[in-house]
Amino acid sequence: MVRFEAVGLRYPGGGPHTGSWGPEALADVTFALPPGSFTWLLGPSGAGKSSVLRLMHLALRPTRGEVHVLGLRSSRASRAALAPVRQRIGVVFQDFRLLPYLSAFDNVALPLRLAGRPEASLRADVNEILRWVGLDGKAASLPPELSGGEQQRVAIARAVVHRPALLVADEPTGNLDNRQARRLLALLREMNRLGATVVVATHDEDLVARFPAPALVLRDGRLHDLDGARGIGADLAPERFAAPPPAAGFSGVGYPRDEPAEDEKLPPRRRDPELG
Amino acid sequence: MARHRYSRDPLGLRRALSGWLLPGLVAAMALLAALALAGAQGAAALAERWQRGAAAAVTVQIPDAGAARIERALAALRAMPEVAEAQAMDPQRLAALLRPWLGTAPSLPVPGVVELRLRDARVDPVLIGDRLAEAVPGALVEAHGLWVQRLAALARSLQALALAVLALVGLVAAAVVAVATRAGLAARRDAIEVLHGLGAQDGDIAGRFARRLGLLAAIGALLGAAAAVPALALLIDLAGPWLGTAGAMDSLAGLPWPGLLALPPVAFLVGWATAQATVRRWLRRLP
Repeated sequence: MVRFEAVGLRYPGGGPHTGSWGPEALADVTFALPPGSFTWLLGPSGAGKSSVLRLMHLALRPTRGEVHVLGLRSSRASRAALAPVRQRIGVVFQDFRLLPYLSAFDNVALPLRLAGRPEASLRADVNEILRWVGLDGKAASLPPELSGGEQQRVAIARAVVHRPALLVADEPTGNLDNRQARRLLALLREMNRLGATVVVATHDEDLVARFPAPALVLRDGRLHDLDGARGIGADLAPERFAAPPPAAGFSGVGYPRDEPAEDEKLPPRRRDPELG
Repeated sequence: MARHRYSRDPLGLRRALSGWLLPGLVAAMALLAALALAGAQGAAALAERWQRGAAAAVTVQIPDAGAARIERALAALRAMPEVAEAQAMDPQRLAALLRPWLGTAPSLPVPGVVELRLRDARVDPVLIGDRLAEAVPGALVEAHGLWVQRLAALARSLQALALAVLALVGLVAAAVVAVATRAGLAARRDAIEVLHGLGAQDGDIAGRFARRLGLLAAIGALLGAAAAVPALALLIDLAGPWLGTAGAMDSLAGLPWPGLLALPPVAFLVGWATAQATVRRWLRRLP
């Protein structure tokens, strides 16, 4: 599904065409996420969370190592081969990245139109997903006419409307109040329940405490991997993958023994009142 | 219905690439192209006409023109391979032509005149004269083809110049479209990155730009070509006597219609291809 093998990443330094490279933003990052998992990506600002996510949704290619996403080896794939894989990935950004001159409906419809879905069949899907995020009355509104929370929900709707196999969210709650943040997380967990692999980067500890799940912790561009559990060389049995780390602290946030079982243990998610 | 309108334009190019600057510039260039086309056509017609008409004509004067000398000269000329046709001028007609200047005095010796048509205008008439003088002493060859040939050469270089201007106009049009494309890319950078991130292929994004810019260029070329029609009609009216078609011809029929009609589609292709290349090159900076 998603596998990082000794990934190193440098950004170009000293201008785009000087050929020089900055320091390593990521070094020796190795982990694997099984299909259908929900994973937190934690760490202080500047630790490389966004870089990991950008590698995951193919906005970057690794400088060293290999990134496998949905069966694609991103370091060698051709540009043309990346695009169809991107269409199977949903991304939620902190700053939403909606197109301001398109209505909420058209923003949400973009992935389907890019995939070549005919207008007639796309309308029902878009309206359904807008209803799912509670925006069925706002389909014709332009993003600047919507509140921050509403814009974020449009962004979520756009990220999931085409049923992506991988859903990636970068600080999705950064611009939201607590109630809206919880509601957003409920939507992400719902997508996970429907089968998507979900990765959420955040530094919001309350949120992580509220939705316990396995976590990857980054510090200074390296995986803070206390027992090497997520190494590619290590076996990826679910128990091993989900093993609670021996040390407490940021990375010690409630690791469930078994992700699907954990899913069953959270009845509110099935009928979350905040989902409307 | 703004929503319906923009659903087919996810990059908002109708707004990012709007206004009349690009069509206006393309219209001006289409006008120049139309003038160059007309110039090329006119020069070609002049060159053709001069070349074919007077250039091949040579006259031979034979002093002391007895019937025998003229016959001998005709026989010698007709034997030459480069001579297509040799025709003696009727002495009665010649006398009638000269009467206003010479009066009717019968004692004045009038030379015999033979008109020649050469197979190839590039043959040096002097050589013909030399060979003729061996058979008929005193025969003189007069070629008025030389200056006509120079004029024809001038017309041909004018034609080449017009074609060069046409090519230059095409290049400048491509440069203008490239600048407009870059402006559009800068204005819609965020939207392009969003679409790219959602999995749009380069060809999809480049195609949207290319269709928009091709359309704007075609509109400009259509306006420019339309503006060129009255200007060219006037010029052709003035040039009519030179082309030997004065009065008889409707000046609109003399316009380079195929070229004028080709301007909008050619402008579309130039705009389309330039935008494709510019956008695809720009997109290569994205992974």
